[in-house]
Amino acid sequence: MSSSSLELATPLHTASSQAVVLQLNHLSKAYAQTPVLEDISLSLHRGEVLAITGENGAGKSTVSKIICGLTPASNGHMSLNGQAYRPITRRDAEAQGVRMVLQELGLIPTLTVAENLLMGHLPNTLGWMNRHQLHQAASQQLKKMGLEQLDPDTLVADLGIGQQQMVEIARNLQDDLQVLILDEPTAMLTPRESTHLFKQIAELKAKGVAIIYVSHRLEELQKIADTVAVLRDGRLVDLRPMAGVQEKELVQRMVGHSVADLQEQAARPSGGIAMQITDMTRAPAVKNVSFEVHHGEVFGIAGLVGSGRTELLRLLFGADKADSGEIQIHAPERTLKITPNWPSPLAAIQAGIGLVTEDRKSQGLFLPLSIANNISMGNTVRISASGFVSKVREQALALKWIQLLAIRCFGAGQSVGTLSGGNQQKVVFARWLEKDCDILLLDEPTRGVDVGARADLYAQINNMAAKGKAIVMVSSDLRELMAVCDRIAVMSAGRLVATFKRGHWTEQGLLEAAFAQE
Amino acid sequence: MSTSNLPQNTAATPDLSKQQRSFWSSPWATYLGLFLVLLALVVFFSLRSEYFWSKDTFVTIANDIPGLAVMAVGMTFVLMIAGIDLSVGSVLALSAAVSALAILQWQWSPMLAGLLALGVGLLCGMLNGAISVIWQIPSFIVSLGLLEAVRGTAYLVTDSRTQYVGDAMGGLAQPISSSLGGISVAFIMALAVVVLGHILLTRTIFGRYVIGIGTNEEAMRLAGIDPRPIRISVFAAMGLLAALAGLMQAARLEAADPNAGVGIELKVIAAVVIGGTSLMGGRGSVIATFFGVLIIAVLEAGLAQIGASEPSKRIITGAVIVVAVIIDTVRQRRSAATH
Repeated sequence: MSSSSLELATPLHTASSQAVVLQLNHLSKAYAQTPVLEDISLSLHRGEVLAITGENGAGKSTVSKIICGLTPASNGHMSLNGQAYRPITRRDAEAQGVRMVLQELGLIPTLTVAENLLMGHLPNTLGWMNRHQLHQAASQQLKKMGLEQLDPDTLVADLGIGQQQMVEIARNLQDDLQVLILDEPTAMLTPRESTHLFKQIAELKAKGVAIIYVSHRLEELQKIADTVAVLRDGRLVDLRPMAGVQEKELVQRMVGHSVADLQEQAARPSGGIAMQITDMTRAPAVKNVSFEVHHGEVFGIAGLVGSGRTELLRLLFGADKADSGEIQIHAPERTLKITPNWPSPLAAIQAGIGLVTEDRKSQGLFLPLSIANNISMGNTVRISASGFVSKVREQALALKWIQLLAIRCFGAGQSVGTLSGGNQQKVVFARWLEKDCDILLLDEPTRGVDVGARADLYAQINNMAAKGKAIVMVSSDLRELMAVCDRIAVMSAGRLVATFKRGHWTEQGLLEAAFAQE
Repeated sequence: MSTSNLPQNTAATPDLSKQQRSFWSSPWATYLGLFLVLLALVVFFSLRSEYFWSKDTFVTIANDIPGLAVMAVGMTFVLMIAGIDLSVGSVLALSAAVSALAILQWQWSPMLAGLLALGVGLLCGMLNGAISVIWQIPSFIVSLGLLEAVRGTAYLVTDSRTQYVGDAMGGLAQPISSSLGGISVAFIMALAVVVLGHILLTRTIFGRYVIGIGTNEEAMRLAGIDPRPIRISVFAAMGLLAALAGLMQAARLEAADPNAGVGIELKVIAAVVIGGTSLMGGRGSVIATFFGVLIIAVLEAGLAQIGASEPSKRIITGAVIVVAVIIDTVRQRRSAATH
């Protein structure tokens, strides 16, 4: 691909006939000597929804951060409504009407929804808070997002993550909004909440707000975007109207080569029962859940945000204590019966269970430490002798997994905090794969992971199933579950309401089951 | 599983490992920085006072620091698990008091009395650790309570008077041989503790776990490692080392003073922090802590020699601590920003 900016080959529909609100000219960014963005030029028009997509590490977040003032560009310049635009801080950008909703939400958990929504302009008289006005103003803003059932006086910490995200988006719907950047906004939203979001986006479009929508979810982009920009390795490799673009083409552009379709898995022969769960309960999140998983099987669990899937996995791993229930592990020599709790995660691990958590940054990784340290934490037996750590063996272990999982990094000593989401997830996987668990519990394993890394992870999952491991996979991506799993169970409001076998499910059917008990 | 059919996405990953491992973000940069500060202080004081640059000065400093050094090693571990121990001064006094009691009242041999003192220190540390772990109370509060209670116990044991043990404990304070110019056994011991501490932190599983707990305790638990015994061990070791410091001081003074070690916890923490250990946990180095101890010791000795008044000594020492932390923080942020 040539390094010069790409001009649109064909005239766009109405969006581009609007005035240009934001212009990026030859933007580039380098951290120390490492180039992260090179020569990005594009124009954003009023009322246009520009989708930016690409693999993790391609530079999407960096572009967003530069536009919203979180980080300065190394080269190039931007203009807003024809004037030079060089925000020094995020507040500076916000003052000029450019706002961004980050993946890591900017809400304060110990304050209420209303206080968060109106932070910065809390209604007050000489410093005394005017609670009534606060409540009113907040209710109005929530109504715009279709969140009228949410009490503005709820503490943010008491909300589910999907609801928190909605509040964060609501917070950014200010009157002076010119450009709104949404970074993976639907990552933690239910389909219903996503629909509300799209409605909001349409309304903002009508008002002339320009929207930059950064996302992996290609099917969503087809629904709401006018234009799509594809980034690869820091360069803009494609910029074209969304109409008529096939997902396959986008993926091809993102990865630089064609990636095999999410292959429908052939029916897998599965062995005996590996784990049997009976009446697992932890009020109010999990209620009387029973199922079994076989050796060599990939067992999916679908459900809406808040249906109890994560809580269930944590119970199976001993990360939380259940109120009642029974777990039976069927190992070749004997059967283990646990009623109802593992004494600790260590006991579960010793019984051959592993858990890849939903939130890798806070629960899975040691961000400042190196890749090698992260993989070896928990696997210290493999790299030590009589209490002393062998750096040589640790390095070898890390290099082995960097190669096997194609982790993109500068070396085993790179700190994990600087890796992209997909590579971070691979590091977590490496730790558990090294343990060679018999039963692996995966909680949203591909969240925030780019297409290329996803394919790698699926390959690993299939590999493990082929070796006879039992895998339980919680995911909000139904297509992913349908492609990878042998059976899919659906949870709703804490109960397991349905189980489907391969060949007997449809996306429709799964969704209906997920909405079952409201 | 072969990697042959995985896309070789190595185009954007040039071997920048050399840059990643740049000098400025390595521990050697910290050591160099601290060494330069130390050098600057020595030069400054040598210029201001003709007596500073002499064997006597350095021997005196060497014999002043063993207690501070061994406690600072223990405190490094405590800070790295994001804890803190404010009771070290009191434990120091109690251990000296107990050893004096054993020698004077029970006619124990110095060796046995020493072991008893170490045992008492270990116990205090375990108490600190166990209470904070079992009831999940911040170690700040638990050690604050022990600071008072243990100090009171020291008074009780010594009957609120300084107990003179004569040279029974002298062993530790004795110069090992004249060829080394009067450096005591205690100093050698302190060096050994520093080296052992460094090896423990950087080369053992235990050290790895300490770093992990300070970085992300929840991730440790979910990786199958129980943080609780490690926390208790770290505090127990701190108590043990505080007791060792107590013995070292008793040997030097040839007495057990119930007021020994009052306020020393702040000096210990200051030394650790000057060395770059973060109060938030997860980051620290024993060698750097030792540099911190040296800096504080040289500063104090130097200020005394040039005749600085007590108040100005404290002001200057305090200022040095704050400046050292600022420099280290800026350096850390600089190296983090380049990633």
